[in-house]
Parts: sequence; structure tokens; C-alpha cells
Amino acid sequence: MYPLNMKINWFKYSAPMNFYPLAGKLIPIFWLLAIALIGLGLYWGFFKTADILNDQKQYYRIIYVHVASAWMAMWLYAVMVAWAMIGLIFNTRLSFMMASATAVTGTVMTVIALVTGAIWGKTSWGTWWDWDPKLTTFLILLFIYIGYIALQSAIDDTRRSDKASALLALVGLAIVPVIYYAVNCPDPNECASLHQESSLKRVESNILIGMLVTTLGFWMYSFATILMRARNIILERERNTSWVSKLEEVNR
Amino acid sequence: MKPRNKRIIFVVLALVMVGAASALISKAMKGNLAYLHTPEEVLTGKVPKGSTFRLGGLVKEGSFKRSETELEARFVVTDNRGNEITVVTNKILPDLFKEGKSQVSRGKMGDDGLFYADEVLAKHDSEYMPAELKDVLDKEHMRAPANVDGSEIKAMTGQKS
Repeated sequence: MYPLNMKINWFKYSAPMNFYPLAGKLIPIFWLLAIALIGLGLYWGFFKTADILNDQKQYYRIIYVHVASAWMAMWLYAVMVAWAMIGLIFNTRLSFMMASATAVTGTVMTVIALVTGAIWGKTSWGTWWDWDPKLTTFLILLFIYIGYIALQSAIDDTRRSDKASALLALVGLAIVPVIYYAVNCPDPNECASLHQESSLKRVESNILIGMLVTTLGFWMYSFATILMRARNIILERERNTSWVSKLEEVNR
Repeated sequence: MKPRNKRIIFVVLALVMVGAASALISKAMKGNLAYLHTPEEVLTGKVPKGSTFRLGGLVKEGSFKRSETELEARFVVTDNRGNEITVVTNKILPDLFKEGKSQVSRGKMGDDGLFYADEVLAKHDSEYMPAELKDVLDKEHMRAPANVDGSEIKAMTGQKS
């Protein structure tokens, strides 16, 4: 491709025409990484860790999926806002497309975190759901994601819908630090929540490995699905351009 | 001013405001009132009489008693600072409910000074340590180190590598 001494022009890929084939090449790589890392992380989590913890039994192992999806749900929101801000400032078409592609994967991660959390909550706390600060703010995150997607598809003019939904995403960013910090207090007497403190300080290292590797795998999965969705959005929005009409997959 | 610079200023200002909003929400949620009341708040009369609320605290060691004829169970919720309230419930207790551990129960104060709970939930902390390792550490009167090397755990728990 490029000789090593040649500078890569990154801005080249901000054009959908150049980004489309690049994304197509990257997607299989991210899928492979995702399958390998999620497989390794879950294998480690299920077979290399203790069956019984100090207070929890086997069911604690849902942590590998729960923590990974919850982290990705919050992280993808930040990524989505970053794309939306770049779009607002530089008026680049591709950034808005990336933002809306990220929103759907973020929503999926939020739903996985809520569902696995409910299952875990039923077995350990004794309830599927409680209006605890962490759970409630996480539900609000889901609604913001859905609101973003709804707003985007409610306005027909893509330029306007991109800007309106980007603003919504920016305002909604306020909830992410709240989810992360609001219920974190070290004293169990004072902790005004049912959800535990989010801390990795007292996690045994094999459990930590399972959690971190699975999270990395979820991240690669997010890359793969976001790029796939971005390619679809590009095709849809640029369908009247000449480069799209020349694509092999369009003319089949 | 170039339109792009205007847009940058707009986005930065929006970010600052979002940050401020976030800080204010976080601060508001730090207060216990958002979710549960401690035994101290209940005993000092900060909770309106007859209202349904959540009572949070530790289950006092040795305080759990089950009725011999009925489903009823009683235990004392404490904040480890001498503020204690007796909880009465006839609901199923969760798996993690244990003396010395945190719980959150929802219900009302009765006129007799007992807390009648419709629901008792157990909390669990952010500690993920194998049970055997914890026993070893407790015996040696050590606190579990922040990050224990995996090989030590395997040696202690007899786990195959």
C-alpha cells in the first residue's frame, strides 16, 4: 500500500468515498479480534477463576458480560458525542454518520448491561429492579440513546436531523459522569445505593483478566458493527453519487 | 470571526455547561435522601411518620431471629455507631442476606418502634475474592492486598493452572 517513508493523509479518509473501502477491509479484522478476545475472556472467566467467592456463588460470573457491556455503553456514548462534536464544528458528513452508527451499538450494550444486571440482581440482591441511583441513571442513558435515534429518524432532512441529534447527544453527556461517580462512596453505612461501588481495587487478578479481556472483545465487536452500519449509512446517503453507482456490490 | 471558530466556541461552552450540570446532579445524588435512610436519620426524626421508605444499614451480628410458628423474621439494622432499628418481615430473604452484611429494606415504621418491611434486599460489595483465599488472609490477620498475584491464589486454592 504505502511506502513507509510516505506520510498518510488521514483527512483523505474523512471523505465517505475513501472511508467506505477502508472500513470494508477493517471489518473482518475487528470481527476476528472480537471473537478471539471474547472467547478468551469468557474462557478465562469461567475456567480459570474460583467457583465460590467470599460472599457470592457461581452466579457472580455474569460480571464478565455485565461489566464489559456497561463500560462499553458509557464509553460508546462518549465516542458518539465526540463524533457529533467534530461534525458540529467541521461540518463533516462522515462524522455524523459515525455518530449515528455508534448510537445503535451503544443502545445494544446498554440493553445487555441492564438485562444481565437484572438477572444478577435477582439472584444476589433479591430483586430484578430497584430505583437505585445507578440503575435509574443507567435507564436514563438508554432513553437518551433511544431519543437520539428517534430524533435522527424523525427529521427527513439529514443535515437538520444530524445537527439536532448531535445537540441532544451533547446535552445527554451530562448523565455519563453521574452514572460513574454518583453512587461511589467507600463507606457502606453511607452508601445510598443498592448497587456496589464501581471499584477494581478488591478484585482478584484472574477475575480481573476475564473482565478486561472480555471488555476489549466487546470493544472490537463495537468497532466491527459500527463500521458495518456506517457503510450502510454511507450507501444510503450517497446513493445518488457516481462512485456509489460504480461499486461492484451495488451493480450486482 | 470565522464561522468555524464560532462553532468551536459554541461547542466548548455547551461542554462546560454540560459538565456543570453533571457535577450538580452528582452532588445532589450524594445525599442519602435520594435513595435510603440510615438508622440515625430515622431515630432523630428526619423521616416523616407513616411514610414508606428504604432503611439501609448492616445486619447486626447475632440479632437474626426466626419465629418458630410463623414465617416472621426479626433482625437489627445498625450503622455501627450505636443507632439501631429492629426490622420485622415475613418476606423471603435473598441469598446474600447475612449477619454483618449490608441490607436495604423497604417498609414503614410501626407505632411500636419496629420497622415493618415489605421487601428485604441484600447488598454486596465490590470485593471479588475467592472464598478460600479470604479465609487464609483472615487467619493471618492481613487485609487482602490491592492486587494479588494470580500464582499465589492458585497455590492457596490448589487450582490447576
